[in-house]
Amino acid sequence: MFEYSYIPPAPLLPEILEMMLKIVFIFTMNMGFFAPVLGYVERKQSALMQDRIGANRADLFGVTAGGLLHIMTDAIKLLFKEDFIPRGADKLLHTIAPLIAVVPALIAFTVIPFGGTYVLWGHKVNLVIADLDMGILFIFAVTSLATYGGAIAGWASNNNWSLLGGVRVAAQMFSYEVAMGLSLVGVFMVFGSLRLTEIGMAQENFWHWGIFYQPLGFILFFACALAENKRVPFDVPEAESELIAGYFTEYSGLKFAMFWMAEFLEIVTIAAILTVLFFGGWNIPFVTLQSLVSFFGFLGDTGSQAAAMFLQVAVFWLKVGALIFLQMLIRWSLPRFRYDQVMNLGWKIILPLALLNIFLTGLFILAAN
Amino acid sequence: MTDAKKDYDFHKESHTERMVINMGPSHPATHGTVRFFLKLDGEKIVHCETEIGYLHRGFEKHCENGSWTQAFPYTDRLNYNSAIQNNVAYAMTVEKLMGVADKMPERGVYIRTIMCEFARMADHYTNLGAAALELGALTAFIYFVEARELVWDIIESVCGARLTSNYIRIGGHASDLPENFKAHVKKVFATNRELYEDFDKLLTKNRIFLDRMRDTGSISVEEAIQYGFTGPCLRACGVEYDVRRAQPYLLYDQLDFDVPVGSTGDNFDRYLVRMEEIRQSMRIIEQAIETLPEGPINIADPAVRQPSKEGVNTVMEMMIFHFKNEIEGIQVPRGEAYFPTEGSNGEVGFYLVSDGGGKPYKCRVRPPCFAMTQAMGRMVEGAFLADLIPTFDMINLIGGECDR
Amino acid sequence: MKSDSAPAGGARSGDATSGPPLAIVIEKYADTGVVIHTHRLHGDETVVVHAEDILDVMNFLRKDDRLNFDMMMDLTAVDYLDNQNLNPYLAEMNARFEVVYHLYSIGKNHRIRVKAPLAEDNLFINSITGIWGGADWFEREAFDMYGIVFRGHPNLKRILLYEKFEGHPLRKDYPKTKRQPLIGPRN
Repeated sequence: MFEYSYIPPAPLLPEILEMMLKIVFIFTMNMGFFAPVLGYVERKQSALMQDRIGANRADLFGVTAGGLLHIMTDAIKLLFKEDFIPRGADKLLHTIAPLIAVVPALIAFTVIPFGGTYVLWGHKVNLVIADLDMGILFIFAVTSLATYGGAIAGWASNNNWSLLGGVRVAAQMFSYEVAMGLSLVGVFMVFGSLRLTEIGMAQENFWHWGIFYQPLGFILFFACALAENKRVPFDVPEAESELIAGYFTEYSGLKFAMFWMAEFLEIVTIAAILTVLFFGGWNIPFVTLQSLVSFFGFLGDTGSQAAAMFLQVAVFWLKVGALIFLQMLIRWSLPRFRYDQVMNLGWKIILPLALLNIFLTGLFILAAN
Repeated sequence: MTDAKKDYDFHKESHTERMVINMGPSHPATHGTVRFFLKLDGEKIVHCETEIGYLHRGFEKHCENGSWTQAFPYTDRLNYNSAIQNNVAYAMTVEKLMGVADKMPERGVYIRTIMCEFARMADHYTNLGAAALELGALTAFIYFVEARELVWDIIESVCGARLTSNYIRIGGHASDLPENFKAHVKKVFATNRELYEDFDKLLTKNRIFLDRMRDTGSISVEEAIQYGFTGPCLRACGVEYDVRRAQPYLLYDQLDFDVPVGSTGDNFDRYLVRMEEIRQSMRIIEQAIETLPEGPINIADPAVRQPSKEGVNTVMEMMIFHFKNEIEGIQVPRGEAYFPTEGSNGEVGFYLVSDGGGKPYKCRVRPPCFAMTQAMGRMVEGAFLADLIPTFDMINLIGGECDR
Repeated sequence: MKSDSAPAGGARSGDATSGPPLAIVIEKYADTGVVIHTHRLHGDETVVVHAEDILDVMNFLRKDDRLNFDMMMDLTAVDYLDNQNLNPYLAEMNARFEVVYHLYSIGKNHRIRVKAPLAEDNLFINSITGIWGGADWFEREAFDMYGIVFRGHPNLKRILLYEKFEGHPLRKDYPKTKRQPLIGPRN
């Protein structure tokens, strides 16, 4: 029931401008805002949970800003570190492995809508960089490429510890991808579409939020996503106490920073996917777009649309922030699994449950009709 | 199946190799600097060879070259997590050798018991916190580190140092307890009990933690006794051997406390035994400070323990003894003695040989974690690489004690 | 997991049906010449035996029902160079070293100390790793520090020091300030 202005073969200037703005916005939000701030949040949230203060010493001309400047100092420190390739390591593979790990994390965000469709200056604006009709599958395809980054890093370092880490990474990420895809099939069945914008818009009604239709799917997908991202309790490939640093033992400087950034960016991606699929995306509960626009009617046509847009985008990022907080909470509370227990969980517990979820969803849909 | 198929050896034919990996002295998990030389088949450990000695500092040789009193800082640095217990063990062995063990005044005995139990608490906090840390539960680690800090505050108020206390002397103590000791202890215990509850809630019933610790690193009772296990690791196997019960010393036969005993000898039982021991230590300390008597803290014999400065400066005999003891060292009669005490890791016994002079002729400490580290290879063979971590943690190898 | 609240002070030196361990050992080896010397000092019982008979004595101590020494607590050695007057039998046997074993019985709750003197030119004694597997590392340490060779030990090499270390540091004639070749001089 919604009309989209699909991009015509010969793009017009407004379309190009819109695309560029969206890309710049997402890129800035992710790389410029989230990745560094997440480092800060991780420090401070963990400090709060552990009854301590956290890092707060870095200062600029005597102003400490409560530890925010540590983001800058970390970045500068990592940039200036010596970048070495261990003896006997494959130079090309060692260098491109972090790139392979970080690029999919960035690209995955292109299909995630961070707002609805608004009419600005008579022109329909769809707040998603690429509105693919196979939306979520694109994300799966792209994040599965990230497996290569870890595995290649583990192999190319010429180090037994990295090799063990690389083997674990490959096995773990591969196992959980299957379960991850299957756990979301229920969502597609319920909403009848793979297109993320459609799923988001269908959740305008609070009681149609994905979490109410697919609670089991949510839990399974959350677990699989944590495993994909190699966060505790699934950080077996990177297990600090067992494998020193797993597959990125032999990395330092900017390459190491890229691995870390890939992890943080994926936290944001996972939170964003969860928001769009299960928590109503950019929708405020019990408030439709129409009512928002009419509320801001005093600002004029474009003004009201723009105000509604800003509000809904803010709500989206708020939900993303809440889910990031949840992931950090889990990371600092739980111990980590053993490697064979991770495999056990993925293949013997989550996969059958995902299949069961599909089955039950199918029954539910049949019964509802 | 043809004969050719029956003779097919998978490992030989598929040209696989066992991975040889060195979990070397510098590794996040080998605290206390130990080297594990591992042969892995995938993730399974096929062979594990333990190598120690990275922290060998020549404790015995140092002790032989100094006086009896000068050995106390060295004993601090044996099990540096529970330094006072080593001090007490050494002092009691010398006192046994001198035959003055029963002349210790009441207050001195009470102080020694209290400080030993504080040291035990600090050691268990460190051990359990490190185990949580290496399994990934970083918050739990910080909780117990905070609890340990508070215990160290108490130890610092008593002897001036958090870790290397150097507090006990032959025949007494370096100084008395501070004022407000009882109030300080009560305050610390209130906080520590809360932290203990938090730690307990985070880990003891946590499915992931249980999966990592249950049925890993098990050892049977017969083998544990063969290897010479003592302390929490032996009690986790089901043997009720605690030196405080078997050969009571200090106040332990007058106080009311339980000795926790496990059943299966795996890592989780060791964890539970240590957790319960923390609570029992708190119980002992609370009983002791309730009935703490006033009085002298040192043996009154100036040949054993130097008297107060006043005595030295006014009474001739005391000055003579002080002079002789400082110049020549305390004269311990000829003989040899072994005195077992219950350290936080197991039985800490000093074997001292004296030639009648002021220097130890031989000063040997029986290190409890030496016996348990021997068994590491046996405990992790056939297990996963990831099982080595909790096993090594729960043995509580302290480098200073194992390598001396 | 059960808690043990048994009253303190169980059998301290053997229960009523068996005497102190020293008496039993003396009785067993009465006229055999295995036992050189026994004494009881400050409550510790010590028996000194010939080094050749150590396996026999240890087996007896472990397996006899009245003794039941199931735990070998400690194994060390002492160097009595020029100080043989500390133990009178040392001078007669011209022994310089003494290997000292501490045994404990969990069931009977008694202890005993076994000593075996060794002469400097015959620093061999049988290994007891066959009886208590845990003696492995303790014997390696005695070898490392004193140079005593334990016959039949599965893996007798240095344990606390590195392989290229020269000498045996706990001997009384090893000076405290000696520098090793791999370390080099002070300056």
